[in-house]
Amino acid sequence: MDFLIFKAPMLMVQASLDGILLGILFALIAYGMALQWGVMNIINIAQGDLVILGGYIAYTIYLWGIHPAWGVIISPIIMFFVGWGLYKLVINKVVDRDLFISILATFGIAIVFQQLMNFIFGADVVVAQSEYGTTMLFDNSVTLPNSKIFSAFISVLYAIALVIYMRKSKLGRAIRATAQNARAAKILGVDTEKVYAATFGINAALCGIAGALISITLTLHPYVGLPYTVRSFMIVIVAGLGNLPAVAVSGMGLGLFEEFADYILGTEFRIGAVFLLLVLILVYRRFKLSRKREYLK
Amino acid sequence: MNKIAKLFVTFISAITLALVSFTSSFAKVEGEYIVLGSAISLTGKYSSNGVHTQNGYNMAVERINKMGGVEVQGKKYKFEIIYYDDESNPKRAAQLAERLIKQDGVHYMLGPYSSGLTKAIAPVTEKYKIPMVEANGASRSLFTKGYKYLFAVLSPANQYLEVAIDLAVEKNGGKGVKIAQAFEQDAFSQDVRLGILDAAKRTGSEIIIDDKLPKELNDMAATLAKVKAVKPDVLVVSGHTKGALTAIRQISEMKVDVPMLAMTHCDAAKLSKQHGKKSEFALCASQWHKNLSYKDKFFGSGKKYAKDFQKEFGYDPPYQSAESSAALLVFKDAFERANSFDRDAVRDALVDTEMQTFYGNIKFGPGGQNVAKPMILFQVRCKGDDCENRVVAPTKWASDKFYHPIPKWSERS
Repeated sequence: MDFLIFKAPMLMVQASLDGILLGILFALIAYGMALQWGVMNIINIAQGDLVILGGYIAYTIYLWGIHPAWGVIISPIIMFFVGWGLYKLVINKVVDRDLFISILATFGIAIVFQQLMNFIFGADVVVAQSEYGTTMLFDNSVTLPNSKIFSAFISVLYAIALVIYMRKSKLGRAIRATAQNARAAKILGVDTEKVYAATFGINAALCGIAGALISITLTLHPYVGLPYTVRSFMIVIVAGLGNLPAVAVSGMGLGLFEEFADYILGTEFRIGAVFLLLVLILVYRRFKLSRKREYLK
Repeated sequence: MNKIAKLFVTFISAITLALVSFTSSFAKVEGEYIVLGSAISLTGKYSSNGVHTQNGYNMAVERINKMGGVEVQGKKYKFEIIYYDDESNPKRAAQLAERLIKQDGVHYMLGPYSSGLTKAIAPVTEKYKIPMVEANGASRSLFTKGYKYLFAVLSPANQYLEVAIDLAVEKNGGKGVKIAQAFEQDAFSQDVRLGILDAAKRTGSEIIIDDKLPKELNDMAATLAKVKAVKPDVLVVSGHTKGALTAIRQISEMKVDVPMLAMTHCDAAKLSKQHGKKSEFALCASQWHKNLSYKDKFFGSGKKYAKDFQKEFGYDPPYQSAESSAALLVFKDAFERANSFDRDAVRDALVDTEMQTFYGNIKFGPGGQNVAKPMILFQVRCKGDDCENRVVAPTKWASDKFYHPIPKWSERS
């Protein structure tokens, strides 16, 4: 039973596609995290809760009778200002402190957000209906929900747009300069305060897009943010900061790994397997690093 | 010690004395009131069901008080409940139980919402020998610990979906069936799973998929792909509201064809409202349904209860509210039979409870669980986009025929 996947090759196609589509969505969240981690040196524990808040925005417009897919436009706009406000209110006070302070601060933000969402939207699990239907492949043996394809497509689209924006626009260049060396950038006339606020806003906007996509592909609940934080943290750890292709590959890779772990080890070990992989990667990195240090000596 | 310090000390001791006399006056029965205590989730992740529970308690208190209250030794008493918000947090719930008992002097408790919180409170009530009637903790492990002061008006979790397996076997001409199951890894869902394992053994059925879903998981695609490949006769899913909503979403999106789909938490998840036609034909376990024919003199029938509840709170009562109301009826009955406020006399009266309420028959087994009431199954049926839950099992109360097998997705509009 455990190795059903090897008996039915179509399952392998199904698992791969499911893993990749989901991985792309996670990569989008992770990209936001990598961006602000790289620029501001802040690990945002509230990342997942920003995602869920974005989802609730999409869900709200769905309740108003607007198709939830519009959430991928409306949600990031609102979330950008939420992120901006959050920076002005809290993050700017911890941005040049050590990492631990920022983890504590964002952990606090996460709790506040959870309670607020619980207060405003209630503690029920909710879903928005996209009614996109299903794509069937290989004589109906592989089924792909169109909502998942849509969400992967939108994620890729926004990621590309963001890369172009970072390369071409003035603010994008300023963000990259600040990431490389904040002091030097400041001396050369970059308003780093504004850059930080914008970065945090862009990260929140990315979360907003992801949240809107999650509202039509998965489920929403005020307290399910943390798994998204952990997942994106892992993707960033594996990929490294400021490296979009690596984030995309690592996101998809983790998605794939998770699906296959499910088939081979069993569903109960699915998340465990991902954590095990994380430990192995960290150990491997340390090992590589220590060798490098010896070489430098 | 100067004058001011002396004055200060006097002041503090006066306040302390006043507080002490105040708390001790707040004992089990105050004037004409019998004071019950409950820690309940008014905020946090269980807040919606916590509120359903509280509404159920309040509805019953109001009704019983209006209809003459509780008669003990020829005197009429009224119920009153002290609530504290446990924030959906087991540690907090246990603290609050302690506070209710030690500071507020409560001698009789009503249960919190969920198995987890009931598990946190039960050791406290047991330690102080406080009888607790609870209505929202179904986990089997609550009833195997030998608790003497815990009484549950609801059926234990392992009974939730046993009926469904029996039904599947019956439809299969009495032969065993192939079962695929996916359960979340929490106490409640795993208890439901144990029930299925028992039922499978009893009926000679075979379990071909047995997935345990991690708590963080909100994607069941892998499990469902396996289900598609092995084609079981029954698919059983239990993972609270998240599990129910995820399952229906992905079963419909992945076009998974199973002859029978059985779940828990459908009405808590507002399945038929959130997923509409996609949830049609799903079988759901429930503690109670308003169409059942049980009766009592306080609420009349289930239908009447539902009508009154709707009038009072503005929504249709979920079973969480109904069973909470029933807990108060049990307490009233026990007080009157004990004809005393002695905790042990009340406890002994609770042990001998045998009554019918609008919610169902109530009689406690040796572990404190209700053994007199079967679980029911309803099936989601739709007319156009309008879906509702109809009772299909057990046959005694079935208002509709069980639709089997579920039509294939390709044949559904």
